[in-house]
Amino acid sequence: MVRDIAEQLKARFSEMGVEVPLEEIEKKLDVLINEFRVPIEEAKRSVVSQYVRAPKSADLVKVKDIQSEGRWVSLKAKVVQLWPSESESIAQAGLIGDETGTIKFTKWAKSDLPLVEENRCYMFKNVVTDEWQGRYNVKLSRSTEIIPLEEDIEVGSLVEEVMGAIVDIQSGSGLIKRCELCNRALVKGSCGEHGKVEGIYDLRIKGVIDDGKIVQDILLNREIVEMLIGITLDEAKEMAAEALDQSVVLDAFKEKLIGRYFSIKGPRVGRYVLVEDIKSAPKISDQEVKKLITETEAL
Amino acid sequence: MLKREVAKRVFALEFRESNMAFKEHDDQYAPQYLLTPTGAKCNRIFIVGTLTEKEDVGTNTEYWRARVTDPTGSFLIYAGQYQPEAAQALSSIEPPQFVAVVGKPNTYEIGGEIVTSVRPESIQIVDADTYDLWILDTARQTLQRLKRLDEGSEDVTKAKEHYSPNIGHYKQMVLDALKTLSKGAEEVSVIDLSEI
Repeated sequence: MVRDIAEQLKARFSEMGVEVPLEEIEKKLDVLINEFRVPIEEAKRSVVSQYVRAPKSADLVKVKDIQSEGRWVSLKAKVVQLWPSESESIAQAGLIGDETGTIKFTKWAKSDLPLVEENRCYMFKNVVTDEWQGRYNVKLSRSTEIIPLEEDIEVGSLVEEVMGAIVDIQSGSGLIKRCELCNRALVKGSCGEHGKVEGIYDLRIKGVIDDGKIVQDILLNREIVEMLIGITLDEAKEMAAEALDQSVVLDAFKEKLIGRYFSIKGPRVGRYVLVEDIKSAPKISDQEVKKLITETEAL
Repeated sequence: MLKREVAKRVFALEFRESNMAFKEHDDQYAPQYLLTPTGAKCNRIFIVGTLTEKEDVGTNTEYWRARVTDPTGSFLIYAGQYQPEAAQALSSIEPPQFVAVVGKPNTYEIGGEIVTSVRPESIQIVDADTYDLWILDTARQTLQRLKRLDEGSEDVTKAKEHYSPNIGHYKQMVLDALKTLSKGAEEVSVIDLSEI
């Protein structure tokens, strides 16, 4: 009987994002019920409160300090990005961040918490840490409290990784000119700050990578562009001079990138990920295909 | 700033069988969506397939109609003067060729039947490896949607009410697509005759 109750509780805990070994719950119940003769309902209540009610106020930590799962913490963070919800059981999901980095958060629909807004800062009291494929995230549950903050938090960068298809390359990409005084990209040969200037040539790509679930703006600097496309700045200048048109460089970039799968890595700055590493997605493996066939057949 | 819409992955067969277009607001600038039978709410889609046919069907200006096939069927693509980059690409690419298309789903009515097509934002030539990656990607995302059909989310509920989707049908579609990728599936075991 103790086992049945333990199983019930375990299921309830995992619904709330807390994983507790069955034996542990069973042992605690057994001590309470059989040794101390606590009524069943009271024993259940006692065990539930040990796990589910986080300490009155969990330790206030920084994002970078989250290095283990199943830990109750509090975070002062800004909502960097909200993602479309993937499942009815999730009310909101996205990224929150503080000075030390960003972390994914998931807010369960059952938590009945207020909606958070992008670019606003909150105190997230009592969230539980979790791990998925080697990366940490936090879950907001019924024990969580969200308090809006007036202060602004500058979000630090943490390496982001996305694997998806590049679906767009935006204007302002390709062979561009920058102001020699402030390094701003020139618009129609003129700098927003210094007006008409001579300008220095540079290569850059502002693109969009999309994995079918999220879209991410990405920025590639000259070094990365040269490496990825195999065209140097000098060659790009020659191409443009020969065609009497700067846009040939952009077209060449589009041809090599749009519609293809890549994995990218780099720190997030505002809405962009500054790409430090980009690779073509590896060819599909027979193993992956077979695994998915088995999974589909099991449906 | 308006948020960019995600490009959904759907196979041609499912796209063809979709006919539920809607807007979430009355505003003329509100985004248009196509809801597919497995509950993909598409404002934009990403396709990789083989461009098999193209034809300029315009009278005064170029208006391209093209067909892009995947393992399950084909997508109709229409590009005219308002899709200059895509129209330019279609005029220069000779079929057959692997292409990647990013575009918006479109629906129109012919004789009481709703036909879906794609209004491309971009068309680029890609390679066979990219096609394989797309099939795997689209199979995976379609399977995820099939698994979520028993959930009661808004999109799923709407899709179920409108289409009463036959799960077996779409499961078979995913399997058919995946089987075009599997090298081992069709092979018979080879007996080494030199050993006998």
